[in-house]
Amino acid sequence: MSELAADLAVQRGEFHLDVRLRVAAGEVLAVLGPNGAGKSTLLGALTGQLRPQRAAISLGGTDIAELAMHRRRIGVLGQEPLLFPHLSVLANVAFGPRAAGMPRGKAHSLAHELLGEVDAGEFAARKPAAISGGQAQRVALARALAARPELLLLDEPFSALDVDSAPRVRALIGRVLAEHPETASILVTHDPLDALVLADRVAVLDGGRIVEQGPAREVLSAPSTPFAARIAGLNLVTGTVTEHGLDGLSGILAAEARIGAAGAAVFAPSAVAAFRERPDGSPRNVVPAELAHVERAGDLVRLRLRASDGGPGWVDGLRADITPAALADLDLQPGGLLWLAVKATEIVVHPQRAAR
Amino acid sequence: MRALRSAEPRSIKPYPRLLLVPAVLALALIVLPLVGLLARSDLSRFGELITSASALDALELSLRTAVASTVLCVVFGVPLAFVLARGRFPGLRFVRSLVLLPLVLPPVVGGLALLYSLGRGGFLGQAIDFGFGVSVPFTPVAVVLAQTFVAMPFLVVGLEGAIRGNGQRYELVAGTLGAGPWTVFRRVTLPLLVPAIGSSVVLCFARALGEFGATITFAGSLQGVTRTLPLQIYLANETDVDGAVALSILLVLLAIVVIVITRPKALS
Repeated sequence: MSELAADLAVQRGEFHLDVRLRVAAGEVLAVLGPNGAGKSTLLGALTGQLRPQRAAISLGGTDIAELAMHRRRIGVLGQEPLLFPHLSVLANVAFGPRAAGMPRGKAHSLAHELLGEVDAGEFAARKPAAISGGQAQRVALARALAARPELLLLDEPFSALDVDSAPRVRALIGRVLAEHPETASILVTHDPLDALVLADRVAVLDGGRIVEQGPAREVLSAPSTPFAARIAGLNLVTGTVTEHGLDGLSGILAAEARIGAAGAAVFAPSAVAAFRERPDGSPRNVVPAELAHVERAGDLVRLRLRASDGGPGWVDGLRADITPAALADLDLQPGGLLWLAVKATEIVVHPQRAAR
Repeated sequence: MRALRSAEPRSIKPYPRLLLVPAVLALALIVLPLVGLLARSDLSRFGELITSASALDALELSLRTAVASTVLCVVFGVPLAFVLARGRFPGLRFVRSLVLLPLVLPPVVGGLALLYSLGRGGFLGQAIDFGFGVSVPFTPVAVVLAQTFVAMPFLVVGLEGAIRGNGQRYELVAGTLGAGPWTVFRRVTLPLLVPAIGSSVVLCFARALGEFGATITFAGSLQGVTRTLPLQIYLANETDVDGAVALSILLVLLAIVVIVITRPKALS
């Protein structure tokens, strides 16, 4: 069983990264942050591509900070699959086991098994150039797992995929990671949705430091720092997936969401409309709420809301972006009551990694 | 045809029309002499001319020495290309330009340099004579060394560019999969370079096969020992023009084969 405990300081020109991380076997930690937050520096320090000023990295009880890259047992799944173009898909997956000295026959049967796990068994004999990007990314995952890494680094693994295949590959990675409880994983991403679907815990990285860390649903649905809130950016309500959405909410089910499983409804603050009186008509999600406070958000104003007495609890922490004119019409002070409406078509219900 | 043309921007001409005149002349300078060579040839006796005893001797020697020097270029040039492409040490740029020297130096100068270093009086030649009791100049070994000298840059320069162009992304991936440096080199780096090595080897072989100046200076012109095809052609032109022309056409054909093999790589 492999647990990662890392304490790293890296200086790269003007930029300074200083982080402490802990990831248990079978756990997925999402490192969330914008470009330039230090995500790739963190990965480089872990894999050994960068030489940190201070490094204590313990993986599965071994100190790996001074080891060469190929002895660290850290697998990487990057933005691009980077399958070896001169090898067949099968030989790509068998590469790690072969490099570790496994006999060819055994390595190939292991590769077949892993290709099956990622639903890519049918491509075994093809060259990487003859499969699609999403397929190649699945093969790359199988290849990384075949080397039996103690830690798997997922570096924005969906960002180079098209909008159709990204959610499918994301769901598949979630399923496959759950089947490998011996591996600790770090998912680096700028997309809170990735963290939501795949991660147990989230660490928010800004300017080389972790500014917030905690269970995924807490950090994403109720960020305690303004920075994390800006990164997460979306309204997020967790619950159980139903036929029509999520618990009391109506929404659109994402393709991978399964009824009865844990899910999260995601919608933009701009999708929330605010009214003084209960509105009539089409929007299905109409609920009372209490205004917590008001802040500027560019040209708009952002309302922070909390649950009202007797109203549904999920509105707690919700954000609504409205125009200053609409705010004037509301004529409300913090503590005042109002009605919220969110169109069902603006809410997407995603699957969420089950709590551990 | 019209429809295709109208898709091109009309306002900007690809080049001034006047450039066509020197361009055609340049092409003519390359093509017309070959036409002249063909016109002078006696194709009915082609087979007979290229199979005379002296021609066969030269052909055999040329093939043997060109293969040997190509092998030397690969064995020593591939590692050199890696060091030049990926090395980080002071003076790297200077070393890189040294490698280009044989490319720009007149071959006869290269031959003299070889002669005065590896010849009887040269500092390396004396050491070899003392250590092994042999003399290098005017032997087939000298032919191979002269050809290796002039052909090495063709291998190193082409390969160096390919190594840099490939980058190290795949090697990093192989490292994270647990492959050590030698495994990465053997199973990833080299296989990815196979196309570049192939085209560099063909160019290198062609240059070795055509080598004249350095060879005649350093190795002389002894039939069956150091007289390669180009030397044979030069000599035969004094006495047996038909034979010289026939052998020349043989080399032109070989050159065309080389270009056909390497062109896709060179143009991309």
